[in-house]
Amino acid sequence: MYAKFLLLLALVSFNAIAAPEIQTWQTNRGIKVYFVRTEQLPILDIQVVFDAGSVRDPVDKRGLSLLVNSLLDQAAGGQDADQISAGFEGYGAEYSAQSGYDSASVSIRSLSDSDRLQPALANLHTVLTRPDFREADLERQRNQVLVGLQRNQQSPSDIAEEKFLAAIYKDHPYAYLNEGTVESLAKITHDDLVTFHASLYTASNAMVTIVGNTDRAGAEAIAVQLTGDLPEGVKPAPMDSVRPLAAAESISIAHPSSQVHILIGQPGMRYGDPDYFPLYVGNHILGGNGLVSRISDEVREKRGLSYSAGSYFAPRRDMGPFLASIQVRGDQAAEGLAVLKKTISDFIAQGPTAEELDAVKKNITGGFPLRIDSNKKISGYLSVIGFYGLPLDYLDRFNDRIESITVEQIKDAFTRRIDSNKFVTVQVGPVAQTGSGN
Amino acid sequence: MLKSILAIILCLCSTLATAQVNEYVLKNGLKLLVKEDHRAPVVVSQVWYKVGSSYEYDGLTGVSHALEHMMFKGTKKHGEGEFSRIIAENGGSENAFTGDDYTCYFQTMEKSRLAISFELEADRMRNLTLPEDEFLKEIEVVMEERRMRTEDNPNAYMREVANATAFQSSPYRQPVIGWMADLKSMKIQHLRDWYKLWYAPNNATVVVVGDVESEEVYALAKKYFASLKKENIIPPSPRPEVHQSGMKRVIVKRQAEVPQLNMAWKTPGLISAAGPKPSVEIWEPYALEVLSGILSGGNSARFESRLVRGQQVAAGVGSDYQLTGRFDGLFSVSATPAQNRTIAELEAAITEQIQQLSEHEVSAEELLRIKAQVVSSDVYQRDSAFYQAMVLGTFETVGLGWKQADEYVNQVQQITAAQVQAVAKKYLVDDQLTVTVLDPLPMDAAAAPVPAAMGDQNVR
Repeated sequence: MYAKFLLLLALVSFNAIAAPEIQTWQTNRGIKVYFVRTEQLPILDIQVVFDAGSVRDPVDKRGLSLLVNSLLDQAAGGQDADQISAGFEGYGAEYSAQSGYDSASVSIRSLSDSDRLQPALANLHTVLTRPDFREADLERQRNQVLVGLQRNQQSPSDIAEEKFLAAIYKDHPYAYLNEGTVESLAKITHDDLVTFHASLYTASNAMVTIVGNTDRAGAEAIAVQLTGDLPEGVKPAPMDSVRPLAAAESISIAHPSSQVHILIGQPGMRYGDPDYFPLYVGNHILGGNGLVSRISDEVREKRGLSYSAGSYFAPRRDMGPFLASIQVRGDQAAEGLAVLKKTISDFIAQGPTAEELDAVKKNITGGFPLRIDSNKKISGYLSVIGFYGLPLDYLDRFNDRIESITVEQIKDAFTRRIDSNKFVTVQVGPVAQTGSGN
Repeated sequence: MLKSILAIILCLCSTLATAQVNEYVLKNGLKLLVKEDHRAPVVVSQVWYKVGSSYEYDGLTGVSHALEHMMFKGTKKHGEGEFSRIIAENGGSENAFTGDDYTCYFQTMEKSRLAISFELEADRMRNLTLPEDEFLKEIEVVMEERRMRTEDNPNAYMREVANATAFQSSPYRQPVIGWMADLKSMKIQHLRDWYKLWYAPNNATVVVVGDVESEEVYALAKKYFASLKKENIIPPSPRPEVHQSGMKRVIVKRQAEVPQLNMAWKTPGLISAAGPKPSVEIWEPYALEVLSGILSGGNSARFESRLVRGQQVAAGVGSDYQLTGRFDGLFSVSATPAQNRTIAELEAAITEQIQQLSEHEVSAEELLRIKAQVVSSDVYQRDSAFYQAMVLGTFETVGLGWKQADEYVNQVQQITAAQVQAVAKKYLVDDQLTVTVLDPLPMDAAAAPVPAAMGDQNVR
């Protein structure tokens, strides 16, 4: 049977899977548009993305970017939230707003016939350009964020993540949750919302992605309709760089849970990173490929210590986190941590075997069609390619890049970039509290 | 304006007929459902078994889910870990999930590799080795899963109590992952017996959605599954829920930060309207589905509009109606109070909304919105082959038959305001209600159940 698998693999690699054809242009306002036409379903996914994530929060007003983004549809153009949401939902359209570290965006999914698309687009335009930021809405939304922050404190994994980010990023904005803090949220005023929106939800700071059932002329019209009257604005200044960790740090937080949540890692890599592919492929072998990865094999399959065990890089504009995590019963925390650390340091020291690399290349390249098998997934790639300035042929060349990676490149990249002697280690659960420090 | 929306909805229904599903049955009883979707060169393959936690009995809860874990531990032909390794080398993504009424295994792969999935699934349908040493490790993994998902998550722990309280005799009272004590006492022989009882072609449905030709899939299914032996499947005894005679109220005191409220009413599922022994009108479950949409189907729905924004009594509130199941389930409302608001205020506000539904008809505009959303989300869901396969597999496996899934949009379109009011009046009544409250205890770390062997495990 195994021979048959190999035969199938050979056949497939001759029929390379075509990546979607990405069309791109600039509107008359200079806003970049990324468009993929798909005609099989009568739907459209439209997203407007701004360089307005939490890295743009004022130092004493963390959480502002998220509040601005989540308040857009609460009152706009004189309409209240009931009217705005009915203006989407009454036509079957789905509105959503996303706010991350680097970017903030608004998007809709709508049926593509103009009777339903046009009202949803007009509504989206109002939300995007004329939010009212009413005081009452601010108060309510702020309280909801506070309830969420309070709830985080009953979750060992949320506490661990918060401590981990703070420890690896220190004073960089990546160190904070998008939600901000109890103290910073209290300082945010109506004027802050207006100023943030006016300076960052602008033409010079925007891009548009469109995927679905329309033609080029239709896509051009949608982009202009949504962004044609955005204020010009100025591109925000580049951020301060993430600094590498100077020394290892261990943090233990006592929490009344039965498991200890263990996170270890450091700042990892960025989008467009020269080491992106060796680190990505290497991590797939180390901890990124479910049950087949080394960390899962050592921690879960061989020892039954943890249900979830793995590692990932979360690339951002600057160095996003490299993070490995397990959750183990309190009395097995020491063993779990030791196994996790040894698995990572062995991998850094020795690199993958040729067999592992061969297997993981087959996994990634053979799975390429799955990455782009829906409008939703294509839309996700467009915003990453557009926002982070990845080459337009990123998807076309993806499999070739993966194929070209060698054992030596992975070993070299991990040795240079990942230093297990400087990891931050966070443990939350039934542990003696040490607070922060070595 | 409203009229014109309705007109658009109706014409969309007729132009976008649901893609055809082809059904085949092999001689050994295996059912195969194929839905061609040629949008991307990808195929989703799912194997659904008619077994889950609602088939289990006291003392053996969680055995279906534990067996699901062990299905990756090798057969005579493919040793431990081989299944996942072969799927991975072929670029596939795979996993499995267990529910009250089903256990499902799935792979998503480039379309030419369907045979690989079939060969491996057919093999583990009858030839699992279930070695004891692997079980002893894996049951520890399952217990860690339970600790992570339930023991250390106050809201999940509370939901478990809510279910176990609402249901008295129905097996839906049991958690899918099983009670911790049952996991601790579980033996490999329990899994071997369970495997023999339920894992057979005549208790399975294979669902394939993707860029395939139905007849070719049928031929492939015959090639790999046809030789598997049937099993004499003895249907589980029916365990209907006894009639509830009065409101139940339970308080969960658990270390937490934020209180939580759950209100759950006993409601008939679609099985009671469209199953083998109908006991309610066909429209009733769909009216409950619409009612749920009126309350929480979006930002313009009543809960967001009135309780989160208007009265600001909830930080979050949503409803859920169990439409598909082997047995009748619940209509439940879960809510978190807004800052400085009490559980009592929140419960009163939700009760008032339920009362309004039974006293007044919903507006024409609300009804049209729900219908527009149902029509459009039916189209949006076709962006996911996996979701389409999920729907077919669920309907088939709980005993509704996959064809019932095609009725959904049309049935919802026909629901009237009077019918929504009627089901509110009939089912959302106090005597059928279970109220569960999470009453937070202080998050005192010192009170943690610190195990004995803790002495030297603290990290610097």
